[in-house]
Amino acid sequence: MPGGFTASSQGRIVLRVDEVERVLLLSLCAQVIELVAPEPADPDADPLAVAVGIAPTAARPEDAVLLRLFPDAYSDDDAAAGDFRRFTERDLRATKLAHAEAVRDSLERSGGKVVFAAALAPSWLGLLNDVRLALGVRIGIDDDFNDEVGDLDEDDPRMAMVGVYDWLTYLQDSLVQLMLP
Amino acid sequence: MRQTALVSITPVEIKQPSVDEITDRPWVTIVWDDPINLMSYVTYVFMTYFKYDQAKAEALMLDVHERGRAVVSSGSRESMERDVTAMHSHGLWATLQKDD
Repeated sequence: MPGGFTASSQGRIVLRVDEVERVLLLSLCAQVIELVAPEPADPDADPLAVAVGIAPTAARPEDAVLLRLFPDAYSDDDAAAGDFRRFTERDLRATKLAHAEAVRDSLERSGGKVVFAAALAPSWLGLLNDVRLALGVRIGIDDDFNDEVGDLDEDDPRMAMVGVYDWLTYLQDSLVQLMLP
Repeated sequence: MRQTALVSITPVEIKQPSVDEITDRPWVTIVWDDPINLMSYVTYVFMTYFKYDQAKAEALMLDVHERGRAVVSSGSRESMERDVTAMHSHGLWATLQKDD
């Protein structure tokens, strides 16, 4: 597979994309932004609690993708898991939102050659991982998926998602390889 | 046993051991295997967040991958909650619990 992230001689990171890929990445950023953006604060909420990122309530997500992005921190204690979610989910959403917005801005500024400082790599890795988690859950990827993907029908709507997922996997791994010492 | 304590008129200082001291670092952060996160990425997260060297990070990643889970850190409940939050922000599936 061609492409992937490379290091420039100035220590920056470069990704070459065609316009279809750039638009696709921008669309994926927009979808993550929509998915993770914190609910607007309730005007009646305790302003101090809002300021420190505590939600008055934080229900366990019913959607499988959201539950994968915001998992329970306690597997055997629902009350503790609920408290943890109330105290941390807003900040976690803000972190993921910031990654997606930083990648979006970097893509909007660039054409076919996306260039960014290594300091932005964690945002790219975070965004790529969140998209892969979301797509992976929607596709239904499990440990046996690699053996089953060949049997997917050509008309199966998951086929297009599998193509994007594989490309993002390749992209993410190429960036990890650059960032590992 | 301090026998002098029986006749001492000064207050005897009794050091109250903390819960951590009694049970020796009773909380752990566990990372669970999932079929989506890349092995290279999980290693990268362990190296950058926990500052583990590559050998330790890879060994933990392989533990997660092959045994389904691995204890990646231990300490106070508060510090384990910090670690779990960090793992979630990186998209890893992590929980904390009392060490068993």
